[in-house]
Amino acid sequence: MSHYWRRRLLNYLLLGLCVACTAVAVFPLLSILFYVAVRGFQALSPEFFTQMPRPVGEPGGGMANAVAGTFIMVGLAALLGLPVGIMAGIYLAEYGRGRLADVIRFMTDVFTGVPSVVIGVFIYTVVVTRMGSFSALAGGLALSLIIIPLVTRTTEELLRMVPYTLREASLALGATKARTIVSVVLRSAAGGVVTGVMLAIARAAGETAPLLFTALSSRHWSLALREPMASLPVYIYTYAISPFRDWQVQAWGAALVLLLTVLGLNLVARAVTRSRYRY
Amino acid sequence: MPGKRLVLYGERAFGALTLGFALLVLVLIGGMVYYLIQGAAPALAEFGWRFLVSRRWDAVHEVFGALPFIYGTIASSLLALVLAVPLGVGAAVYLAELAPPWIRTPLSFMIELLAAVPSVVYGLWGLFVMAPWLRAVVEPWLERHLGFLPLFRGPAFGVGILAAGVVLAIMILPTISSVSREVMLAVPDSQREAMLALGATRWETTWKVVIPYGRSGIIGAVILGLGRALGETMAATMVIGNSLNMSLSLFHPANTMASIIVNEFAEAVTRLHTAALIEIAFILFLVTLILNVLARLLVWRVARGPRGLRRE
Repeated sequence: MSHYWRRRLLNYLLLGLCVACTAVAVFPLLSILFYVAVRGFQALSPEFFTQMPRPVGEPGGGMANAVAGTFIMVGLAALLGLPVGIMAGIYLAEYGRGRLADVIRFMTDVFTGVPSVVIGVFIYTVVVTRMGSFSALAGGLALSLIIIPLVTRTTEELLRMVPYTLREASLALGATKARTIVSVVLRSAAGGVVTGVMLAIARAAGETAPLLFTALSSRHWSLALREPMASLPVYIYTYAISPFRDWQVQAWGAALVLLLTVLGLNLVARAVTRSRYRY
Repeated sequence: MPGKRLVLYGERAFGALTLGFALLVLVLIGGMVYYLIQGAAPALAEFGWRFLVSRRWDAVHEVFGALPFIYGTIASSLLALVLAVPLGVGAAVYLAELAPPWIRTPLSFMIELLAAVPSVVYGLWGLFVMAPWLRAVVEPWLERHLGFLPLFRGPAFGVGILAAGVVLAIMILPTISSVSREVMLAVPDSQREAMLALGATRWETTWKVVIPYGRSGIIGAVILGLGRALGETMAATMVIGNSLNMSLSLFHPANTMASIIVNEFAEAVTRLHTAALIEIAFILFLVTLILNVLARLLVWRVARGPRGLRRE
């Protein structure tokens, strides 16, 4: 029986190792959440959202401009990217047949894998060098390139999940194809598409590298789209690598705000899908 | 009936509009290739292939070779794979094969949340929490026990290739584990049942049937992870220490291709310096493109499954 016991022992040992792997895999998340929550909470105050950054050495101050900047640029990215992503997704799910659709689908997949720093460099060469300055517009464009492939793919997947009988029912009632897509297919997949959109926006809100050479950053309150604009991720980066203790502390505060926003969007998005969309 | 014609036009216009936006994706990828090559042209003309093998990166004398950054990228990404592949596949085995549903759902969800944490937050955590721990605990231990290898020698800085590798490993773990979990879940139960009926233990079933069956999908997951690690920017930049020198030691500060772009792009004043950085971005683009194509092909093949066995 010793062979049998060796196999059983090996079984438990290695399966136990898999459990340990899972524990180790989850540990960094807990550590990150813990440190960002504790250190970030100590650094946060209402001033963070209402005050401007102060020069080194002056205590207090906030990042009102970076909070506003992130909102503006992510909003701009959504405005530019969502129509493209959703329409391209509709094409792939409803119209796309044959080789061209396969190529577009494949390229969209590839697009999601392009490093974000490369997108930053690309927008720099196309937009920033032409406009002659760093600008919020360029930052929003760069972020929209993050959003487009993500939204395209999720829209396509969700539209494909809509049962074909729904389309047939609509067509049988005399609705045209476009009408069917807009009023029936898109509407019944709306919750899922909104989820996909929220996840894509959460991704864009946390991106730093595409903004570094496009929107740059700013220490002033600026809402002009043709000028450099501050954002939370870029502030976290510059404050974290600065040698100043107050700045490093503020970086943790900004990280907490960013993490809450991003994870909050993720949680809400997933909760929506879970409760309503189980095909 | 003039209304009918109008509807028909609207119909065509809508279809054409969706096609137009879909084509925009191709235009963007094409534009990226075109503008990156155009931007890199001065460096391509000046240095040619030497760019890839020269160790000298000197902005003052305008001599640029990217070898130290290529090495930094490869070393940190390989290290990330070495750490993340066993952990990620192990976690996937647990989540796909063993865990009861009430554990599986929240744990998979938590691992997927890891993928949602912004890169710059990883960098912040890596810089202030992980790097000091590496310097105080891990690096001295490695030097004491494995110091005979040149990889683990030298002063412990905390920040360096090792720190970048560990942060990248954490960041690609969700990719590797969630894709391999899906691949394992796609393995038909009949395969497992056959093995169990022959008297195999659960581990033997997993190791000899489930993993071989999903092999190319798991390899695809690993390549996908590698692609992410190579292109990952902020976290690596913040913990790799940013040194222009090349050293074999993993403890030594270095630069990855992405981090050198972040560090120098905004400050590059000469045309050649900018072009050299754009060339690095282009190389990065090409490498991640090839890896992604490879990974998608592999994952797609498994997802489709062998002919005749597909579960509908």
